Amino acid sequence: MSLNRRELLGGAAALTTASLLPNVTLAADAIKLGSILDTSGIFDAYGKPMDMATRLAVAEINEAGGLLGRPVEVVAYDTQSDMALYSQYGQQLTRQDRVDVVHGGILSASREAIRQTMRKSKTLYFYNVLYEGGVCDRNIFINGVTPAQQVEALVPYAMGKSGKKVYILAADYNYGQITARWIEKFVNDNGGEVVATDFFPLDVSDFGSTIAKVQTAAPDLVIAPLVGGAHLSFFRQWAAAGMKDRIALASTTLGVGNEHKVLTPEEGNGIMCAYNYSQELDTPENAAFKEKWAAMFNGDQSMHEIAVSQYHGLMTWAEGVRQAGSIERDAVIAALETGISITGPGGKVTVDPNTHHAVLDVHLMEMQDQQMRVVETLPQRQPIDTQAVCDLSANPDDNTQYEIEI
Amino acid sequence: MDLTFVILVEMLYAVASLVLISAGLAVVFGMMKVINLAHGEFMMMGGYATITAVNLGVNVFVAMLVIAPLVVGLIGLVVERLVIRHLYGRLVDTMLATWGLSLVFIGLATMIFGNTTTGISTPIPGFAVGGYQINGYNFFIIVVSILLVIGIYAVLRGTRAGLIARGTMQRADMAAALGYSPDRIYMATFFCGSALSGLAGAVLAPLVGLVPTSGGAYIAKAFITVIAGGPSLIAGLVSSATSFGVISQIFTFAISPVIGEVALLIAAVVLLRTMPQGITGRFFKGKL
Repeated sequence: MSLNRRELLGGAAALTTASLLPNVTLAADAIKLGSILDTSGIFDAYGKPMDMATRLAVAEINEAGGLLGRPVEVVAYDTQSDMALYSQYGQQLTRQDRVDVVHGGILSASREAIRQTMRKSKTLYFYNVLYEGGVCDRNIFINGVTPAQQVEALVPYAMGKSGKKVYILAADYNYGQITARWIEKFVNDNGGEVVATDFFPLDVSDFGSTIAKVQTAAPDLVIAPLVGGAHLSFFRQWAAAGMKDRIALASTTLGVGNEHKVLTPEEGNGIMCAYNYSQELDTPENAAFKEKWAAMFNGDQSMHEIAVSQYHGLMTWAEGVRQAGSIERDAVIAALETGISITGPGGKVTVDPNTHHAVLDVHLMEMQDQQMRVVETLPQRQPIDTQAVCDLSANPDDNTQYEIEI
Repeated sequence: MDLTFVILVEMLYAVASLVLISAGLAVVFGMMKVINLAHGEFMMMGGYATITAVNLGVNVFVAMLVIAPLVVGLIGLVVERLVIRHLYGRLVDTMLATWGLSLVFIGLATMIFGNTTTGISTPIPGFAVGGYQINGYNFFIIVVSILLVIGIYAVLRGTRAGLIARGTMQRADMAAALGYSPDRIYMATFFCGSALSGLAGAVLAPLVGLVPTSGGAYIAKAFITVIAGGPSLIAGLVSSATSFGVISQIFTFAISPVIGEVALLIAAVVLLRTMPQGITGRFFKGKL
């Protein structure tokens, strides 16, 4: 067969176009669920399990007969860890695909890139990730833990196990800055003292001088809201310097992307954290969830905190649709605002009507042999940080991300 | 007293890691004038080579000091044969080509190792200095850097191969007229440069969480160090690494790590403004 250049280019163009089309299998009257996640690129360690959670939840809903007698189909876009693609695919989901609901977004930047598009086009939007708190918008529902939920639980526990002098090492962007302020507040509330706070840009991977500085300050406890692969070095260097048995260590982020499976037991053991989900949660819901996940994805067990949040988000939305008896946005919001609860792998999750955030269980954990051993469960924590600034029932037209003053 | 010692060690370590990060680039960019934007990715591959070898049961020091430099050197050899050799003397084109290469390497590493953070733990335990704990691995890095500088000096100064390489970099046509093949000398030099980058990535691997995009964190510092160092390979490398390492550590200890990084960059700007030819353009002139 001879192939000239024009035919080759034509074929390649056709193939490229075909692969750009979303994977839609059209059923006559299916409910369209838009999914927008980074399933490739530098954030895919977060996005891939979230996408799997979406598929699992939708498969479950459809097996149970769909919603309102209609099947749910997923219209999924991969944003390739590129913030610019969020705006583009966000427009496409709302204008071209005209989906009934959108679930997705991972970084806060990606959420803010599509939130206004969703609001303007009156498309219901679920953001299912642990984040810095403060978003107040009637069109969005958020069910990740916020700093107050997590820190309020973690600080007294960690201080109880160590002492009153705390050193904070945080990532230098809005998540780390805001979380550090919350840590300081709860340390003071619990009669402790923050001896120092250091912030690190996301690409800092050398913590030698910091470790020496921490020793000069001689705290009882180090709390580290550090983010990403470069910051993982801190935990490694901390252990290498032999600090692990001398000063207690807690983190608000370690483990969200299954980092505890990367650290060796010697490096990870004893680090304290608090999340909504751990694979080691001993509940029938979690056991069933892990089994279904393994069955659907050939034995894979990569579910993590935010993949489970995504699953919770989908289940909450499905319950809202069932109770509303409609797929129409305002009816579903009204139903969700009655304070719907679901019980998922991370425990009971309830919609907080005033903030559209979630009331959920926070589990205190300690790392042990590359697992997140659950030490204690604090049931049904309120998102008090966002509640302090946001009241959608009094002010339904609010459309702000508040920076919380402490 | 203990603190002074700890700070001293941290400063030495900062200087040593800058030397380590920049050595490969100093050879490839400083000697050969090839702007290798894939330098960070060579280091990243050195890290992955080490981790893979260790997971296969190889002794960690053999993996770091032998396997990783060899693997990355060979990759560099292939790259030189396929891409770089066509672009000698074309500065902008090499930039574009090596930038493309860096994307390719990131993509390949992602395909092979996945986009999750991996790593190995440090093979040397920490120890106490008075009331302080120090990372014992820092000393290993300091020792490796010192040996590396001595090694490069010995090869370039003391061996015939080093002489030929230096001569070829200065006047390829003269070297050719004397019967040497510049093509093969360039190839060998690029191999050495890549191997040095691989070694740096390997030795730093136990201290960091490695992802396919890790290389990006090193590239800027490496270029700043090499450019500020100026025309002399070793004197430039050591003098600029020392100035930047000491300055950034002083500010890190006195204020914060962010200010430490800022101080490093400001120092680089001031240095290049006052000494456009680099440190060795003014001091240590004519030294190797």
